[in-house]
Amino acid sequence: MGKDIIIVGGGQAAAQAAQSLRAEGFENPIRIFGDEPHAPYQRPPLSKKFLAKEIGFDRVELKPESFYADNNITTHWGTRITEIDRKGKRVMTADGQAFEYGKLLMATGSRVREINVPGFEMDGIYYLRNIADVEAIQSHFKDGARLVVVGGGYIGLEVAAVAKKHGMDVTVLEAAERVMSRVVDPIVSHFYERVHREEGVKIETGVSVAGFEGDTHVTAVDSGEGKLYPADFVVVGIGIIPNTELAVECGLDVQNGIVVDENCRTSDPDIFAAGDCTSHPNGIYGHRLRLESVHNAIEQGKTAAAAMMGNDKPYNQVPWFWSDQYDLKLQIVGLSAGYTKAVVRGDPESGRSFAVFYLKGDTVIAVDAVNRAPEFMMSKQLVHKKTKLDPARIADESIKVKEIAQG
Amino acid sequence: MAKITYVEHNGTEHTVDVANGLTVMEGAIKNSIPGIDADCGGACACATCMVYVPKDWQGKMPAKEDMEETMLDFAEASNEDSRLACQLPVTDELDGLRITMPESQH
Repeated sequence: MGKDIIIVGGGQAAAQAAQSLRAEGFENPIRIFGDEPHAPYQRPPLSKKFLAKEIGFDRVELKPESFYADNNITTHWGTRITEIDRKGKRVMTADGQAFEYGKLLMATGSRVREINVPGFEMDGIYYLRNIADVEAIQSHFKDGARLVVVGGGYIGLEVAAVAKKHGMDVTVLEAAERVMSRVVDPIVSHFYERVHREEGVKIETGVSVAGFEGDTHVTAVDSGEGKLYPADFVVVGIGIIPNTELAVECGLDVQNGIVVDENCRTSDPDIFAAGDCTSHPNGIYGHRLRLESVHNAIEQGKTAAAAMMGNDKPYNQVPWFWSDQYDLKLQIVGLSAGYTKAVVRGDPESGRSFAVFYLKGDTVIAVDAVNRAPEFMMSKQLVHKKTKLDPARIADESIKVKEIAQG
Repeated sequence: MAKITYVEHNGTEHTVDVANGLTVMEGAIKNSIPGIDADCGGACACATCMVYVPKDWQGKMPAKEDMEETMLDFAEASNEDSRLACQLPVTDELDGLRITMPESQH
């Protein structure tokens, strides 16, 4: 039986795990299989600075190719694993090769949720998940081009902001009654709708997509209510789905993500999983979470590497996220699901700086901070410690952020 | 190009060449130097790339903008020599720079 470690997936969790395995003292060969033609790179900038052409691939690529060679890490970019044979402890590639492992890390990530309405296969309709997607979208960047964004979540709104800055005519269609409804309070949704409108983006909420018009290339998006939204191109951002098929097929426990323990172990002691594809028991929230974030990918990459070396460093992290749109930096600490009260600090009705604290009972469970670094930095600790807060002190801006929890 | 020495909290040193145009943070990530996570990849959103810069080098770097100033004000283990490495572009002027990293980022 081989003593190699095989990593299935070539994203940030994979790169972090490989680095951490070497740092933890693992000396045998490591192989990484990634189905994209690129070495691991950062995904968050793809809908931000990279889409805006402010930075190139050299700035999003995580490690130079020499890193892998220097560390005895054999890379198989552009190679998809199609089967995990747990009994034989080996993986099969799409072209029929087999590679044995001692331990296996699944860092298979997630993929975009596709829209399945008439006309979906036409040219000019894109998703945004990888470098190739961005390059295709950028080929349509022309002053005055009409872009319809389907989905008012992070990806859709970030794309809208970049496209608007590049002089395009941008419309965002959101099926729910407000943008970002899955993750933030209506106060934050309405703030973002206002800013996008101020910047000249048309935001249409409560609008579903019934189909796409056009011959071979999309020309309009049909809401199904007699309204057509003309489009030179379309970007669809309606969520992601964890890549769990390989895990299901080899019989691992999968429930909304590959089930792992706090050390990223799956139901097979020789198989670990990290990143978007996992469901982990979160100690801070007291239930399982499947997270879609780079922070989680990095931290689980470290956790999995440590556990694979028998040096457990259990995962104990407050999730955090950020989104850049125009001059707004949204920083989110924690998950607000289940909150009983949203307390605002600052004025979201005018200006572009405020924070919303989400309380469950008296305990702060999440904070959305828009251009509010102090609130963001402070709340990382407050949420981690499950701090009880007085709503009146949160709302009172004459009280310093550092002193909110006192009194 | 600048030769930069990154010193871990335990004293372990890593000296690497970093190309102009990258940041001091990117120099650490690309060379797998422990102690700089840079979750946000340089968006000045996470404060996980804090370093201590010796006083005689501080004048060779751009001044802190508000965002960095505030993040540092709240970052664990920050002091008057702290900078976020993602906000420090590498130039020939930084050749020979030696920075240290906090234990809290280990």
